[in-house]
Amino acid sequence: MTDLPNSLRTQPDERGHFGQFGGRYVAETLMPLILDLERHYRAAQQDNAFKAEFDDLLKNYVGRPSPLWFAQRLTEHLGGAKIYLKREDLNHTGAHKINNCIGQILLAKRMGKTKIIAETGAGQHGVATATVAALFGLPCTIFMGAVDVARQQPNVFRMKLLGAEVVAVESGAKTLKDAMNEALRHWVANVHDTFYIIGTVAGPHPYPELVRDFQSVIGDEARAQILEAEGRLPDMLIAPVGGGSNAIGLFHPFLDDESVEIVGVEAAGEGLDGKHAASLAGGRPGILHGNKTYLLQDEDGQITEAHSISAGLDYPGIGPEHSWLHEIGRVRYEPVTDAEALASFQKLTKLEGIIPALESAHAIAAAERIAPTLGKDKIIIVNCSGRGDKDIFTVADALGVSL
Amino acid sequence: MTRFAATFAKPRPALVAFITGGDGDTAANLDALVSGGADVIELGMPFTDPMADGPAIQAANLRSLAKGTTTADLFAIAAAFRQRHSDTPLVLMGYANPMTIRGPEWFADECAKAGVDGVICVDIPSEEDAELGPALRAAGVDPIRLATPTTDAARLPDVLNGAGGFLYYVSVAGITGLQQAAQASIEGAVARLKAATDLPVAVGFGVRTPEQAAQIAKVADGVVVGSAFIDIIAEHGDAAAPHVEAFTRTLADAIHSAKEIAA
Repeated sequence: MTDLPNSLRTQPDERGHFGQFGGRYVAETLMPLILDLERHYRAAQQDNAFKAEFDDLLKNYVGRPSPLWFAQRLTEHLGGAKIYLKREDLNHTGAHKINNCIGQILLAKRMGKTKIIAETGAGQHGVATATVAALFGLPCTIFMGAVDVARQQPNVFRMKLLGAEVVAVESGAKTLKDAMNEALRHWVANVHDTFYIIGTVAGPHPYPELVRDFQSVIGDEARAQILEAEGRLPDMLIAPVGGGSNAIGLFHPFLDDESVEIVGVEAAGEGLDGKHAASLAGGRPGILHGNKTYLLQDEDGQITEAHSISAGLDYPGIGPEHSWLHEIGRVRYEPVTDAEALASFQKLTKLEGIIPALESAHAIAAAERIAPTLGKDKIIIVNCSGRGDKDIFTVADALGVSL
Repeated sequence: MTRFAATFAKPRPALVAFITGGDGDTAANLDALVSGGADVIELGMPFTDPMADGPAIQAANLRSLAKGTTTADLFAIAAAFRQRHSDTPLVLMGYANPMTIRGPEWFADECAKAGVDGVICVDIPSEEDAELGPALRAAGVDPIRLATPTTDAARLPDVLNGAGGFLYYVSVAGITGLQQAAQASIEGAVARLKAATDLPVAVGFGVRTPEQAAQIAKVADGVVVGSAFIDIIAEHGDAAAPHVEAFTRTLADAIHSAKEIAA
């Protein structure tokens, strides 16, 4: 690449493009609305009161800053680089998802919208959205594939307790991408009063940008915390990538630090020659859900089904900024299989007393692979993006244990 | 004169009929549309994720894909239609990913070779025109743009810039096949659009009956009907053609007699 900008932190351009990726590929009906959303977001960025309210909620409601934990036993076990865990699992609702939901519901309030909708796969973003909707007293509808509704009953019940209506989506394959289609359909018909809280760094501009900005608190905190703990920047960052919001949140504040190597971990499911969810390793660029990005698809451009043991990574696309960071080579993306993630899930639980989300276990698995190859003077920060309580049924099932 | 120009030069409003390619016996249904009196045909390219479509057309997309319909099949259907019907404008309607996956030039050239007159891409707004528009125009295929109730006066010039064929007014902010807009709002919108462009204006979304179609035809240059045809094909499967033809005739009669237009 010859024409890289001086800073990698200034993307996207004014039309929402990260290199060739991103953009605004939506029906004309939605176009004026996302232009309006962009105007309001630009105003909010300049408004100190908006930032103050966001920071206050992150501190006093979400419980930030989340700790940066030195995983000493895991480090000794692997015998290489020092491993720190960014503890997003300790946030209210149990994952990084809430950071973004707080930011977006403040935008919704600012725009005078009175109804909230969201899509969800495993239900984590649905729970986080239902939580902030309860906090702000706004009616909330969550679109969830019927297959996911059946296999994620605890989260469905949580959302209902929080006052949300959960719509089981019966179209298509009845999973996350179909839930997103249905949320977009609902939004098109209700644009006048409804705000769509998208759960990851995907969708039409400005969503990938604003979700990244709200999640960048992860990397901003981690940067300050590692400087305090070690007096220097880390040598490597590792985070799991489905849509990629926790990963971009950790990565973005470090993109211009050339000494920091950055690794994103894609879900390789049963392996890259079988069913998987690794859009970069196994897909190619295309257009879906409002943005151009790497997608799992056939030669005619029909979207193919993703698979991962982790429902949060089970999506056939990836955020457009990740596609760009992949193409320019700033971030290296590595695949981790279901079996590797399952082993790391158990290992972290036993060694550190931390039950990670299966998403996060993918990043732990990559760290297990890489840390022993690095010297003991090296430092790795791994994003523990969520807690694994939600996954115990899946893990028990995979291990042949009946609960 | 292009097929669009010749069609909209007729002294009567046009019936624009939509069916999904590969759902049912598409060749027979296309012939039924023409013999029933449809003036313009929109052939839907099936897609796994039809985000702007309601339940009827979603299901048609999935039925077609389940039968294994490919992009090559769609162009074969289009080319064979053009062999049988030299005058009826044919439009491909669908989503960006199947249209751009092999590159916009490939798609535009295939359209031109198959005798396709225009393309409606639901999820490429004017802001992203570079993705497909230049290739279509270079190949002599009209990019047909959509205007909606949310398209304000400030945006309209951008929507019209580079547009061809006709302007498709999506009369409801929503998805295909469900509610219908109030007649008064349609009349106001069509008047605004016609003041801004010389392109013919066709109105669609939620039009299901000859009575609705006739009302809209009083003010518009064309009326688009889609989901109602899809419902017939869903009900009758491969034997739908006679039913399609009969329904087309009732729509065409209602639309064609709705008003006289000075030629």
